[in-house]
Amino acid sequence: MRKLGVMNTSALPAALAEIVDDFQALTEPERLQLLLEFSRGLPELPDRLMEHPEMMEQVVECQSPLFLTIETEQHDGGTPQSVRLFFKAPPEAPTTRGFAGVLHEGLDGLSPAEILAVPDDMPELLGLTRAITPLRMRGMTAMLGRIKRKVSALPQQS
Amino acid sequence: MPYPVDQNEKFAAYAHPERLVSTEWLATAIEDGALEGGRLVVLESDEDVLVYETGHIPGAVKIDWHTELNDEVTRDFVDGEAFAAMAAAKGISRDSTVVIYGDKSNWWAAYALWVFELFGHADVRLLVGGRDKWLAEDRAVTTDTPVTAPGDYPVVERDDAPIRAFKDDVLAHLGKPLIDVRSPEEYTGQRTHMPAYPEEGAMRGGHIPTAASIPWARAAAGDGTYRNRPELEALYLGEAGLKEGDDVIAYCRIGERSSHTWFALKYLLGFDTVRNYDGSWTEWGNAVGVPIVKGADRGTVPSAR
Repeated sequence: MRKLGVMNTSALPAALAEIVDDFQALTEPERLQLLLEFSRGLPELPDRLMEHPEMMEQVVECQSPLFLTIETEQHDGGTPQSVRLFFKAPPEAPTTRGFAGVLHEGLDGLSPAEILAVPDDMPELLGLTRAITPLRMRGMTAMLGRIKRKVSALPQQS
Repeated sequence: MPYPVDQNEKFAAYAHPERLVSTEWLATAIEDGALEGGRLVVLESDEDVLVYETGHIPGAVKIDWHTELNDEVTRDFVDGEAFAAMAAAKGISRDSTVVIYGDKSNWWAAYALWVFELFGHADVRLLVGGRDKWLAEDRAVTTDTPVTAPGDYPVVERDDAPIRAFKDDVLAHLGKPLIDVRSPEEYTGQRTHMPAYPEEGAMRGGHIPTAASIPWARAAAGDGTYRNRPELEALYLGEAGLKEGDDVIAYCRIGERSSHTWFALKYLLGFDTVRNYDGSWTEWGNAVGVPIVKGADRGTVPSAR
């Protein structure tokens, strides 16, 4: 088993690595506050998804209702396709929203390959497991897993 | 000295109305300065560990059921020393009146209350309707964490026997009433976890032989309060078939939903002997050599082998 705590974030995409570094630099109570800020920062869904909840999938491993979906954008000039992430979680589920906020800020707009390269146990790097409990951390791991499954199911890029 | 009880006539029909306070009562008590000096301490206990931080009753102190009431390395609650330290840090003294509320119809509040009773805390009450009712009534909320002067809490060893059942207690109890408060799908064995909680499963699905199925939320009304006494009697005396004076054990998956039912049976209907089996299905469903029943029938007590 790998040792948790101070961990190398060089394998992560830049935005996600920065978030992980921010969490690791804090004390446990401060980490919870930071997670709360991420829960407040989770963007609202665009109208087209608000009006079509059936286009989103529920991540049932989360203790509170969490729905997500992905869309892709093709850039001009042969730049790689980027993946946009959309999450929906109720305000009375701030922990779940906070996890979604971290993943949104850390992964939104990246290429499929970059998202697929994120280690599955990345949520453990946030240093929240003791304060949040392993049970609640599973929801975030499941969210990341669902995103990666959906990305890997995308049509192959030419 | 305990804080005066809520004389709300709505609670009068319950067996122990002194265990309940209304949102009006609490708002008035806070205005009257009851929180000063720790005579009254208000605790918020939620499922989601960050809900308190999004806004809470002014002066309320957060308690996290998972990290503060459970021992980290034993599958058990904290010991007397840890409980005393936790309580004192929250400004609770042994003679404080403690009012607990939380999200999800007070599900987690009832669990915290039950743990306080394991330590024999004399005066611990539930805020009727919990967090949702307080918010629905547009009452004051704040994100300020109160600064509490430490309470004076002695080290009291837990006394499990009166209100807590272990697996062997349940085996010895077979033949007497059991209430299974899980969802119908968990009761029949169709699934081994709560809807939407798939990681908390067990090896086998079903229920403890002879247990009656009364999902916990049926004791709650739409606004998060408990149902009135005639409605609760219809559920537990009528449907479950309990009789006055019965010795009852309630269980669920890890003992939190059944705390909500435990409170209803003990304090609202007045059963003197009610225990919560907190090992619940995650223990029973995985334990070697204990009988279970599958399907919707309650089943019968297996003959001794």
